[in-house]
Amino acid sequence: MTILDLSFYLFAFVTVGSGLFVVVARNPVHSVLWLIACFLSTAGLFVLLGAEFVAMLLIIVYVGAVAVLFLFVVMMLDVDFAELKAEMARYVPLAALIGLILLMQLVIAYGVWGAAEGVVVAEGLADIAVPPALNTTSLGLILYDRYFLMFQLAGLILLVAMIGAITLTLRHRKDVKRQNVLHQMWRDPATAMDVHDVKPGQGL
Amino acid sequence: MVEFLASPLGIGLTILAQILLLVVLLLMSLAVLLYADRKIWAAVQMRKGPNVVGPFGLLQSFADFFKYALKEIVIPAGADRAIFLMAPMITFTLSMIAWAVIPFGDGWAIAELNVAILYVFAVSSLEVYGIIMGGWASNSKYPFLGSLRSAAQMISYEVSIGLILIGVIISTGSLNLTDIVRAQHGDLGFLNWYWLPHLPMVFLFFISALAETNRPPFDLPEAESELVAGYQVEYSSTPFLLFMIGEYATIVLMTALISLIFFGGWLSPVPFLPDGALWMVGKMLVIFFLISMVKAIVPRYRYDQLMRLGWKVFLPFSLAWVVLVAFLARYEVLGGFWARWPEVLVVIQ
Repeated sequence: MTILDLSFYLFAFVTVGSGLFVVVARNPVHSVLWLIACFLSTAGLFVLLGAEFVAMLLIIVYVGAVAVLFLFVVMMLDVDFAELKAEMARYVPLAALIGLILLMQLVIAYGVWGAAEGVVVAEGLADIAVPPALNTTSLGLILYDRYFLMFQLAGLILLVAMIGAITLTLRHRKDVKRQNVLHQMWRDPATAMDVHDVKPGQGL
Repeated sequence: MVEFLASPLGIGLTILAQILLLVVLLLMSLAVLLYADRKIWAAVQMRKGPNVVGPFGLLQSFADFFKYALKEIVIPAGADRAIFLMAPMITFTLSMIAWAVIPFGDGWAIAELNVAILYVFAVSSLEVYGIIMGGWASNSKYPFLGSLRSAAQMISYEVSIGLILIGVIISTGSLNLTDIVRAQHGDLGFLNWYWLPHLPMVFLFFISALAETNRPPFDLPEAESELVAGYQVEYSSTPFLLFMIGEYATIVLMTALISLIFFGGWLSPVPFLPDGALWMVGKMLVIFFLISMVKAIVPRYRYDQLMRLGWKVFLPFSLAWVVLVAFLARYEVLGGFWARWPEVLVVIQ
């Protein structure tokens, strides 16, 4: 067993184990933390596959941004754990059914894996000749050169989704006092301040 | 001996020795930098600063270390013990592992990664967890408010840091930190470094780095005038020390990153002097001095001002800069001033 095998099994066990704990942990914050552990060890698996760019992207996007927002929301929730557990018991049969379906699909997919051996690599990928060390370069060439339109369209869809979320939640409230930053910055002592010479006993 | 060093065990031991050397050197220099920070701060305010322990107070940091390490660890009654203790460890570990890819000289990095700059970015984006977990696990109001603030703040400024890094990456055509420094090598010395083609971004990166490391004037997560000490309120003794060391190690990491991507890392500023790790250390020290000075002379930002600066000023500006640099690099304006791509990339095009 080489070090590579050893680290594969380490990452794989941590991924599966922490995935399990995401579900069984009682405290939702602990669940999110286990989810983060799961993401991190998945990134480790990607590194072992030689896809270091994808691994780093997984950490930056999922762990560094998405999971932080999860944690943010979950921490602010006022959850009654006992009630949550009682709810969970009711849905166990449904969850088991979904799990079974997923498991069967995985088995079927694994079964036809061998049959799909003859599938050719997507056309055109093979003729991009780059040294194996530069898989970031080849990824960039494929995404930004060959499938440029598809990539832009995917970005556009995300943009539309974002604008939709903003328009759904944006409210212009009239009764709130707002600060005009430029107005604040351009204030000067001459207009903002009056200096009076106050006589004792007279006041202003 | 040579044979042993080439065997798997030998390689493992060599890497271990390198890591130990780096960590020990880093921790020692942190002790000195903490002292320097306090002295500079004191000098600006016309105080004397630490001057009791050892000659000129030089041993103050070590005295502080023993004080923290020997005191009792107090865990609040309502705290989530495991996460409460994990948070400072995570902060400390993350601030150390990012150093693995920082090259101090040509090839002087523990790990020469192809995606080194992404690795540093990923690790610094994980650092928010130490603060969030610490604030939540304390089960107390001020730490929680502090940690929520810091989560929002660090995510906001990561966005602009990422975009600035993309500009530099476009110019270099590589994510490798060593390649980024090599691309800044040239006959003109310091005029070849990236601070000149990416001039506005140097300021943006410096300010974003301050916000990312929760340094004053952006130290809102631990604003003592409103939140007592933010996420650190409930921490005492060694866990607090770990938070403190982690914070300073991240600041020094940012100085290393700034000197690598904008100021040519180990390259000499003038062509007739040899390159070397000493240049790198010197540049880091100058940037650290600037960060200290900012702490001393700039008042703390208000929270809404901080958010406005991050999202409404830095983000659009750095995004526009990425687009501009992409054009300048693609059309090789000024003889490829913005495009210093290695041969292999030019061939692919």
